[in-house]
Amino acid sequence: MSEKILIKGNEAIAEAAIAAGCRHFFGYPITPQSELAAYLARRMPKVGGVYLQAESEVAAINMVYGAAAAGVRCMTSSSSPGISLKSEGLSYLAGCDLPAVLINVQRGGPGLGGIQPSQADYFQATRGGGHGDYHIIVLAPGGVQEMYSYTRDAFDLADKHRMTVMVLTDGILGQMMEATATENGEQTADNRQEKPWAVGGVRGERARNIVNSLYLKPSELEATNLSRYEKYKQVEETEQKYDSYLLDDAEIVVAAYGASSRIAKNAIDEARSKGVKAGLLRPITLWPFPKKAFAAAAKKARAFVSVEMSMGQMIEDIELSIRCSRPVTLCNRVGGMVPDPAMICEAILNANKEATA
Amino acid sequence: MSVVFQKTPMLTDAVLHYCPGCTHGIIHRLVAEAIDELGVGGRTVGIAPVGCSVMAYNYFNCDFIQAAHGRAPAVATGVKRARPDNIVFTYQGDGDLAAIGTAETVHAAARGENITVIFVNNAIYGMTGGQMAPTTMPGQVTQTSPYGRDPKTAGYPLRVCELLATLDGTAYCERVSADSVKNVRAAKKAIKKAFQNQIDGKGFSLVEVLSSCPTNWGLTPSAALDWIRDKMIPYYPPGVYKDTP
Repeated sequence: MSEKILIKGNEAIAEAAIAAGCRHFFGYPITPQSELAAYLARRMPKVGGVYLQAESEVAAINMVYGAAAAGVRCMTSSSSPGISLKSEGLSYLAGCDLPAVLINVQRGGPGLGGIQPSQADYFQATRGGGHGDYHIIVLAPGGVQEMYSYTRDAFDLADKHRMTVMVLTDGILGQMMEATATENGEQTADNRQEKPWAVGGVRGERARNIVNSLYLKPSELEATNLSRYEKYKQVEETEQKYDSYLLDDAEIVVAAYGASSRIAKNAIDEARSKGVKAGLLRPITLWPFPKKAFAAAAKKARAFVSVEMSMGQMIEDIELSIRCSRPVTLCNRVGGMVPDPAMICEAILNANKEATA
Repeated sequence: MSVVFQKTPMLTDAVLHYCPGCTHGIIHRLVAEAIDELGVGGRTVGIAPVGCSVMAYNYFNCDFIQAAHGRAPAVATGVKRARPDNIVFTYQGDGDLAAIGTAETVHAAARGENITVIFVNNAIYGMTGGQMAPTTMPGQVTQTSPYGRDPKTAGYPLRVCELLATLDGTAYCERVSADSVKNVRAAKKAIKKAFQNQIDGKGFSLVEVLSSCPTNWGLTPSAALDWIRDKMIPYYPPGVYKDTP
C-alpha cells in the first residue's frame, strides 16, 4: 500500500492532501509554491475533486471559508506576500471555528522581498496573522517525507480542533526532491468527522446552521473568545511536537526548524568533533510551541543557539519557554541567504566559550 | 377563519433592524417568497455581507454564512463547489459588491459560477453612517462627499449590470427598483428568475435592486422613493441587461 517515490516537497504536500481526503483546493500562483497548485490542477480532476484558480489570494481563502463552512476538507496554498492577503480570511475562519488547511512556502520579505527561501513569517504564523485574539496550529516539516505526513495530519488536526492548520515550510523544502513514502490517495481511509455545525441546507431535518463571527454584545463576544481560548489551552497541552538529535547530554542546545534544522545537524556533528556537547531541539509544532521540551532541556543545557532564516523571531519563544534562565544567542541569515554549517558551528563554539567563562 | 395573508415561511420571526422607510425589508420578503415558491428552502444557503444587511442571517429561515466585506461571491463559490446541490445566494449592498468586492463579483460572474446574487443599490454606505459609495450619484451629498460627489476628484459611479452584461459567464442580470408597487412586482419576478436559473444550472445570475435610504439621504420615506424615481432610475435604468436563453 505504501510506496516510495522521488517527489518534490511542494508536490508531496499536494499528494498528501489527496490522501487526506481533501477534494477542494483553491489556489493562486506565486513563487515558490506554484508546483503545488499545478500538481493539484492535474490531480484533482482525476479523483473527482475541485481545483479552482481564484482571482486573488483573498478570494482563494474566502472560497476555503465557504467550503469549510459547508463541511468539506479544503486547502489553499501560497507564499509569504500571499499569506498576508489571506490573513483576513484566517481571522474569519478562527472567528467561526472552521477547520481548514493552509500551506505557506516561505520566501524573503518584507514587501515583495525575493523568491528565495526564508523563515521570516514565523511571527505572522505563530501569532495568528490577522486581527483579533486567535491562534492557528503551525506545523514545520523538516523534509519532504514530513511535508507529506504532516500535511496529512494537518487535516485531522483541523477537524479535531476546528482550527486552521498551517504547514509552514520554505522555498528550499518546497523545491527539494526526496524519496518519500506515500499512500494511494483513492484507497486511504478518510478521517472526516461528523460536522453537525456545517451549512448545507436544513432539509426539514434540523434547525438551521449559521456560520458567523459577529457578536455586537461585548459580553457575548467575550464569551466566544474565552471558550475558544479554553480550546487553545487543550491544544497547547496535547499537541506540542518536536524532534531531537543528540539532545540527551547536550550542553549547548541548538534550536532550529525546517530547512535550518537540517543544516544545524551538520554543525552539531562538527562541534561534537571539536569536543563541544551540542544537540538539536527541533520544534515541529511552532504553535503550540514545544515549551515543555525547551523547559526540560534548559535544566541540563548551559546555553541555547537559535538558528533562523529571520531576524530573530523564534528566539523570543525560546526565551519565554525557558523563562530566560539560560543565555540564548541568534545565528541567522535573511533575505533568501541560508546559514552554512561553519557559521552555525562557530555560534555553538562561541556560546560554549561564553557559558564556560 | 381563512388566512388571507401571512408571513412567508422563509422569513423568521425576528424583528428587522432596518430604519423606517428602508426598502431592505421589502427585498428580504421578495427573496424569501421566491425561495418558498420554488420549494428549495431546505437546500438553500445564504451568504450575508458586511453592511446594513450584515445580519440577514437573523431574518432568512435557512442555513447562512456571514462573509467578510466584499467576499460573499467567493464564499458562495466555496459552498457551491463543495455542495453543488445547494441553492446558494448572496445578499449584498453597493459598498460590499461594487467597491471592496468588485474583483470577487466580476470573477464569480466571469467563471459563470452557478449562484444567485441579490445586489441592493442605495447609492450610499448605510451601516457606517452615510459615506460616499461606488454608486453614489454625481453631485450627491454624503458624509464623505460633503460638497456633492465631484467626478473630477471622486470619479464616476459604477453601473454594475451594464458592466457584468459584457461578460460571457453572466447568464442573467437585470436591474429593478423597489420604489413602487408595480416595480416591486417586477423585482419579485426577476428575483424568482435568478433563483430558477440556478436550479436549472444556467450560471451566474444577478438582480440589482434600486433601494432607498431615507436616514442617510436625509429624506422622508416617501420623498426617498421619489428620489429613486427622479434621480436613480434615470442614471441606473431598470431592465434586462443579459438573459442567456
